[in-house]
Order: sequence, then structure tokens, then C-alpha cells
Amino acid sequence: MDLFERFAAGDLDAFETVFRQSQREVYGWIVRIVRDSAAAEDLTIETFWRIYRWRHRFDPTRPFGPWARRIATHAAIDHLRPAHPVVPLPLNIPAGRTEDPVWQREVRECVAGAFRTLPAQLEAAATLALIEECPYEEIAAALGISVGTVKSRIFRAVRMLRKKLERLGIHP
Amino acid sequence: MNDPRDERLRALLKSSIAPVGDGELQRDLWPEMLRRLNSQAPARQFGPMDWLAAALVGAALLVFPGLVPVLLYQL
Repeated sequence: MDLFERFAAGDLDAFETVFRQSQREVYGWIVRIVRDSAAAEDLTIETFWRIYRWRHRFDPTRPFGPWARRIATHAAIDHLRPAHPVVPLPLNIPAGRTEDPVWQREVRECVAGAFRTLPAQLEAAATLALIEECPYEEIAAALGISVGTVKSRIFRAVRMLRKKLERLGIHP
Repeated sequence: MNDPRDERLRALLKSSIAPVGDGELQRDLWPEMLRRLNSQAPARQFGPMDWLAAALVGAALLVFPGLVPVLLYQL
């Protein structure tokens, strides 16, 4: 019986080996979505807890990495979801001070705040596509959706973000 | 995202969203994982309160044997 068959059968030693082999990859993926190392550590544990509970759903003839990544992505989205209370943003940013570092910092804070108010699934797709520059195929596999749906989510994220920023007087 | 406006938005996002550093895990998380596994395990075990309830039911059946058919009927 190979490692993943033993893991799927509930062997704790096999799970430990799988965990040690994969924890860095899972963490690395999650931190790219949630942008917070402490949260990413907690979510790595949460991901492997789900992996352990759902081990009977894993097909040992298929690669472990993509399955784990899909679970990790959903754990990260679950984390982003409650972090979306309405963030108070200033009504308008005075224009015309583009060289002023204070003004630039305020703009960056507003952009980050507006980005965090996007629906979690849009935020995750947009983070991976626009900031991390992951290929659409990779994002689609991680989210368990089609490439077309990924493009649609990114399009909606950009449109929503642009509207929010325009309300703040930011016109990128 | 070939539209220049989209490219400007992407650049603004990149400069506004916190970078993740090297994205490397700094410590082994297995001890924490093991704690999580152990903390969840007792929920499925027979706890002290379960033993107490079983003892009370056993004692009640010894004192009132007439309850045995009632209990069997309920099961």
C-alpha cells in the first residue's frame, strides 16, 4: 500500500508524512490569497484538518496537490468572507496632490480597503489573477470552476472595484 | 486585462495590497496539527458523564427489574 492509500485509509503516520511533505506548499498558496502570515498558518491547519476529515473522499490514484489546493482555497475564502464588514471609507479624496506622499498613502489605504469589501470569491480570484498573476487555468483548478467563470469573476471584481474607487474620487 | 485603464488599476492594486514577503513557512506546523487532532478526538470517546449515566441506568435496572422490558421496548 503506498503513502496516499494508507493516508486515505486513515493511517495517522501516513497523514503526518503527507502533512510534512505538503505544509509549505499549502501555506504558500494560502498566504498569497489572504496576505497575512499568521492567518495563513491557522488556515493551513484548518485545511489539513479538512483534508484529514475528508480523507475517504480522496482518490489515491489521482495527485494529492491539486486536491489539497482546492480545499486550501476554499478555507481561505471562508476566512475572507466574515472579514467583509462594511469598512468605513472617506467620502472623497481631495484630488490634485498626486506627488504628495501622504495623499498617495491615503489612496493606497482606500484602494486596499475597497478591495477588501469585494465579495470573498471575487477578492480571491482577483488577488490571484491581478496581484499574483497566476494563470487562469491554475486559478480555475484551485477554485474548482471553469476558466470562463474565473474570467467572469475577475471582470466583476474589476468593475465593482472601479465603481467603489470612483465613488471615492479615485479614477485609475 | 489589456486595456490601459485595467493595467493602471492592476498597478494601483499591486502598490496598495500588502506584499506577502517570501511566502515561506517559517516553522513546522505538525505539533499544532497534532494538538488539533487530539483536541477533536475526545468528542467521539466515552466521557465520564457517559459512564455516570450508564452506571445510573444500570443501578436503576438492578433496583427496578420491571424497567428492563420498558427499556428494551424503547430501544
